[in-house]
Amino acid sequence: MNILYLLIGCSILLALGFLAAFFWAVNTGQNDDMETPAMRILFKEDVPEEKEGER
Amino acid sequence: MNKQVAESEKCYHCGTEINGTGYIADEKEFCCIGCKSVYQILSARDMCSYYSYNDSPGQAQLQTAVNLDYLDEPSIVSKLTDYNDEQVSSITFYVPGIQCSSCIWLLEHLHKFNKGVVHSRIDFLKKQVAITFRNQEISLKELVMLMISVGYEPLISLQDVVKEKKDSVNRSLIKRIAVAGFCMGNVMLLSFPEYFGMAEIENQFRILFGWMNLAFAIPVTFYCGREFFQSAWAGLKHKIINLDAPLALIIAVLFLRSAFEIISGSGPGFTDTLTGLVFLLLMGRWVKQRTYSHLSFKRDYRSYFPVAVTLIREKDEVSLALEDLKVGDRILVRNNEIIPADAILMKGDALADFSFVTGEAVPIPKVLGEILYAGGRQLGEAIELEVIKPVSQSYLTSLWNNEAFTRPVKETSNFNDSIARYFGIVTLIIAFTAGTYWAFTGDSVKAWTSFTAVLIVACPCVLSLSTPFTLSGILSIFDKHLFYLKSPNTVEQLAQVNTLVFDKTGTITSPDSAEVNFTGDLSDTDKLLTASLARNSAHPLSQKIIQKIRTGFYLSVLDFKEIPGKGISGIINGNLVKLGSPTDPRRNNSSAGSAASHLEVNGIYKGYFKIGQYWRSGLRSLFDDLAQTNELHVISGDNEADKEKLSMIIPNGSEMHFRQSPLSKLNYVKSLQEKGKNVMMIGDGLNDAGALQQSDLGVAVTDNINTFSPACDAILNGKSTTKIPAFIRLSKDALNTIKASFIISGTYNIIGVYFAVQGLLSPLLAAVLMPLSTISVILFTSAATRYYAAKNHLL
Repeated sequence: MNILYLLIGCSILLALGFLAAFFWAVNTGQNDDMETPAMRILFKEDVPEEKEGER
Repeated sequence: MNKQVAESEKCYHCGTEINGTGYIADEKEFCCIGCKSVYQILSARDMCSYYSYNDSPGQAQLQTAVNLDYLDEPSIVSKLTDYNDEQVSSITFYVPGIQCSSCIWLLEHLHKFNKGVVHSRIDFLKKQVAITFRNQEISLKELVMLMISVGYEPLISLQDVVKEKKDSVNRSLIKRIAVAGFCMGNVMLLSFPEYFGMAEIENQFRILFGWMNLAFAIPVTFYCGREFFQSAWAGLKHKIINLDAPLALIIAVLFLRSAFEIISGSGPGFTDTLTGLVFLLLMGRWVKQRTYSHLSFKRDYRSYFPVAVTLIREKDEVSLALEDLKVGDRILVRNNEIIPADAILMKGDALADFSFVTGEAVPIPKVLGEILYAGGRQLGEAIELEVIKPVSQSYLTSLWNNEAFTRPVKETSNFNDSIARYFGIVTLIIAFTAGTYWAFTGDSVKAWTSFTAVLIVACPCVLSLSTPFTLSGILSIFDKHLFYLKSPNTVEQLAQVNTLVFDKTGTITSPDSAEVNFTGDLSDTDKLLTASLARNSAHPLSQKIIQKIRTGFYLSVLDFKEIPGKGISGIINGNLVKLGSPTDPRRNNSSAGSAASHLEVNGIYKGYFKIGQYWRSGLRSLFDDLAQTNELHVISGDNEADKEKLSMIIPNGSEMHFRQSPLSKLNYVKSLQEKGKNVMMIGDGLNDAGALQQSDLGVAVTDNINTFSPACDAILNGKSTTKIPAFIRLSKDALNTIKASFIISGTYNIIGVYFAVQGLLSPLLAAVLMPLSTISVILFTSAATRYYAAKNHLL
């Protein structure tokens, strides 16, 4: 059962890592705009140039 | 193929229905010249994928040209930009037209139009675009002109949502929620073995788990829960017990007792209850902070007034920032521009539209030497004025010097805070009684445990959760009906309203959706001639005339002329057609008034078009409905012309006042409040700004949410005016829901206190009771909110 000491320590360290990642994301403003990036990802990259290639 | 047919009836750019106006480019139909030219600009640049993301993504292009010369003035540029150096500038614009993904795509590809644009990025919800550009290659003015040419005119103002720089999300609160959630999760896991009991060999972990729980409780108490202590302390300093006071007490007691039990090894403590409580409380705070990031509730006259004015000097004209305008300056005001300060007319014919400022529906002609009050919109030719009062001291703007605007915050009678006081006192009495009872029986341990347990279990956390959850639920229902409240607390103010004061112009009448009527005799040939002529003009009245006549096809016009303020003329099939001010000025004095557009064909007078005063639909039932429980008043800056019509709509016994100045409106609301009424002011223009501010609940009515509305507590779309009674009823129901939720949580509290006074409250029971009562209350409030919304036909 003594392995539990190690396991609990590891799991808390891991969770702290995620907490730190969340802090970093909030501090760098990644949660400030939740809407626009979701729409932006649907845009095709430079459509007109692709068309020229096809021609 | 069906889709193609459907599309062909609507403008390819903006989706407005086409009344056979027939602007065609590349086999696509457009509703107006503006939309067509935007399309042509985009197709010339091979940017037509703008149209591939959404059908008809644009906005109708009806605005007339604006004067942007002031954007070349370095002092103004430096005020507008966020960052400025010799090479690069960055600026954030508020663009009301942003409404779909196509807008994002186009505005983020501005660099394709001009290489000077380095970077542009949109925040969709805030309707803002941040642009970085090389100021050597493209000036600010050119940038704005580029945006206008593609159909996205930014709203430039020195006081607007962009400048308020409000954070839609409170980052610090989110971080505290994250920490509380993290600690709560870990504490719950570490507490499970304790609940289920441990075997003898596992006892070695008991001490470890206890100390770890204590370690997690420390950041929760001192980092996440800090604001409760601060708020309670601030309240106590002013001798007020607010809702945070009992909360702070409970957090403190939970922490101290847990720390005592864990350190002394006498028990597992209540760390799970503590962390769960703080987490839930912070969630409530977060819900309460919800606001609309793209709406501004704080605007004053500065957002309505122009950023700069044209100053006439001896030899030339320059742009001058509005705040630098001095008494004695001579200024030029063009067609459709706003008169920035009280001034004397020095040159030209003024026809000023004061509907937004005074509520007068009809534009007023002024002659040389007369005083024009600030805020009027000049219609017609450019005029020269001499400023006689500073901008901030004008007839209209001096309203903002009134004490109603300098009051710090409106006093709100918060239902929660009043409950909190009694709640705290009752809890303390029970706790002390239980403690003293056990102390007298000689059981000092039980005295301590029962005393703390009562405080723990009587937690008013439900109080502080049910209110934000209910109110924000109501807020999102209102929002579906185009009624936007400043904050959840505004719902409580709405529920207490018993007197409604309505403005007339723009509030119960709506000039935008007005119908055009023709007085006179109009033959079919004349109709065709008129429509063909009007089609060439972007003036709103011309557009309305075309909609009215609907001929379907048009003749070509030769020698088309448009003189601002005078009208349009042209030769069609050899006929000289004139539309606008009559050649014979005596006609102006007839019943037509000055807002009419007169038609002449070959010099023969045919009659005039006039925009009728349009009453919003459903007013009669609206007023009847409201009059059942409320007192009604109508207060207007306009003359008595509409008094008879109005008295047919409004129930007997309601008061009507006309020719009211902005200040007398404010004082009127004040006098009602002094009689003990809770006043809801419903207005639209700057002339209502004082009354809106003074009233207990100021509602600004607007037909376009993105245009200017004065400072207020709520913004209502004109279409939803008839739903006001339902809004008020729902807000009252919401308060009843909150009260009912107190009964539910009270039941849990009584059960808890029953065990607590006997000193029998186990950590397990506390840990079960608290989330159970919270969850049942939140479920109850959301169900009740939906039920009441359906009952009031608002779902």
